[in-house]
Amino acid sequence: MLKINGVPDKSLVLSKFPDKKYILKPKAVTECYEEIPCNPCSTSCPFDAIYIGNDINKRPIVDFDKCTGCGICVYNCPGLAIMVVQQLDNKTARFKIPYELRPLPKKGEKWSGVNRSGKIITEVIIEKVSLTEKQDKTALIQVLVPLEFINDFITIRRRI
Amino acid sequence: MRIKEHPILTFETKKKIFFFFDGKKVFGYEGDTVASALHAMGVKVLSRSITLNRARGFYCAIGNCSSCQMIVDGKPNVKTCVTMLKENMEVKTQVNKGELYEKN
Amino acid sequence: MKKTDLVIIGGGPAGLSAAKMAAESGLSSILIERNYKIGGQLVKQTHMFFGSEKQYAKTRGIDIAKILVNDVLKYPNMIEIMTDTTVVGLYKDKVVTLLQNEKYLKLKTNAIIIATGASEKVLAFENNDLPGIYGAGAVQTLMNVHGVLPGENVVMVGSGNIGLIVSYQLIQAGVNVICVLEASNTIGGYKVHASKLKRLGVDIRTSYSIKKAIGKDCLEKIIIGKLDDKWEFIDGTEEEIIVDSLCISVGLSPLTSLLSMIGTEMKYVSSLGGLVPLIDANHETSIENIFVAGDVCGVEEASSAIVEGYLTGLVVAKKLGKTHPNYDELYFDLKAQLHNLRSGPFGKKLRDGLKEIMR
Repeated sequence: MLKINGVPDKSLVLSKFPDKKYILKPKAVTECYEEIPCNPCSTSCPFDAIYIGNDINKRPIVDFDKCTGCGICVYNCPGLAIMVVQQLDNKTARFKIPYELRPLPKKGEKWSGVNRSGKIITEVIIEKVSLTEKQDKTALIQVLVPLEFINDFITIRRRI
Repeated sequence: MRIKEHPILTFETKKKIFFFFDGKKVFGYEGDTVASALHAMGVKVLSRSITLNRARGFYCAIGNCSSCQMIVDGKPNVKTCVTMLKENMEVKTQVNKGELYEKN
Repeated sequence: MKKTDLVIIGGGPAGLSAAKMAAESGLSSILIERNYKIGGQLVKQTHMFFGSEKQYAKTRGIDIAKILVNDVLKYPNMIEIMTDTTVVGLYKDKVVTLLQNEKYLKLKTNAIIIATGASEKVLAFENNDLPGIYGAGAVQTLMNVHGVLPGENVVMVGSGNIGLIVSYQLIQAGVNVICVLEASNTIGGYKVHASKLKRLGVDIRTSYSIKKAIGKDCLEKIIIGKLDDKWEFIDGTEEEIIVDSLCISVGLSPLTSLLSMIGTEMKYVSSLGGLVPLIDANHETSIENIFVAGDVCGVEEASSAIVEGYLTGLVVAKKLGKTHPNYDELYFDLKAQLHNLRSGPFGKKLRDGLKEIMR
């Protein structure tokens, strides 16, 4: 449970996912479950796809029609609470996740896929690693994940 | 132990600063406080309590708790966590309330 | 005795912002900092900050420090900076006494802004003085300023924002964080910080606290126990954890000793961190022209400290005859920013606490 161990319930997670009709294109999933004073996701979105409003405590609402899944909000979120998800085909999902650890993964490598409880659930493939000056030290990692884990996968961990 | 690789910070190689700890010649780096240089060397006991001789070490790093007080260049009760390391400094473990040094 | 218009005590985000705004209004000041450099606690904060653009949201604390310091350095003729200088006395006739390089100095001023921040609280448990036990802020300084690791394994006590953030920073530095212990039955800080840790395999254990630290001259292991709803240890729930570093993050306490010395009206308010001065809407204390800004008048976030700094700098300058050309607009906007930062659920305790100290 979120307030006891930091793990959101499945229903909370699903509430942030876009409808099936959107998910064939990359879309931002904002796992911001709490009202805290914060709005960089909204101010950094170049497509005006994230709405917060004047009261910066309000949680962000993503307009999935406008969202292109570019990933800018992913590395601008101070809580690292946003990821981009896309269903590629009936076997694979593609994620864009923030990453602030070393060593960085490399394109083509196989890493472990981890769920919100920190448990390893699958193996994933690193598709792309981007870390530009604009990203201010938060890398954006593009990962291919088996589709069955689309609602469980959250981050990568180096295989031992 | 010093950090080599860090995702956010860059730790450039800085100039070595040689100093003396309880008589032994050791070194830290430019930018170190006396306490951080000692910690990097693995020295965790910085002082001992006066009555019960309990070990004390790096706790607050901001000059509040007084666990890090040592004798520096003859002066006792120096808060090593907020004292910058300087070349040839003489740092000694203090075993009493401290004796004020007399200027010659 | 040197005479001046404004003395600002504390070179952290609140003090720096106050100096900048006062200078912008046309008022000179002397900024006094006891540490060897200005920037306050921001200089070791490697994480992105929250809030809105006006408080530098999404910018890393270390970079916000650089911005605020540069803003002050733009006024070399108006803001005199004294580092390695400790204010040792404050007197009702607005005399400030200082210790700098073993020299005792005196300043007479017309107004004072006290922005001395807060310090970490200590937790009482058996052998809590063993080397290897650190304040969470101290571990941040050790890691992020000096590049030195505290140890190989860490247990963090306290799940407020500082405990959660420092745990994450320990992992970034390559230290293994075994678990976070939280005495209450819910996580204290932002859940996004907690979620970041859970992904990285850190156990967050609510209703747990530390009973005892064990080690000869250095920490070797700890004994933890489960707490009941009265925060008493439950017999038989003890667990031993082998660990070489323990971080204590159980809250901050405002550093108000200078205010007590000068005799401003004070009140103990637990939700603000401890003993704090009574203030009016402009942060003026019960003594005329003595103002406060930042954590010293209530533990909050750096974002609030920055805004409070701007506010007091603006108001003090006007009081001393230097009104900023955009005074009304700025005053209104700064107040709105503070309101915005505090209006969410996390701000409730703080809002209640602030009501208690309003003059």
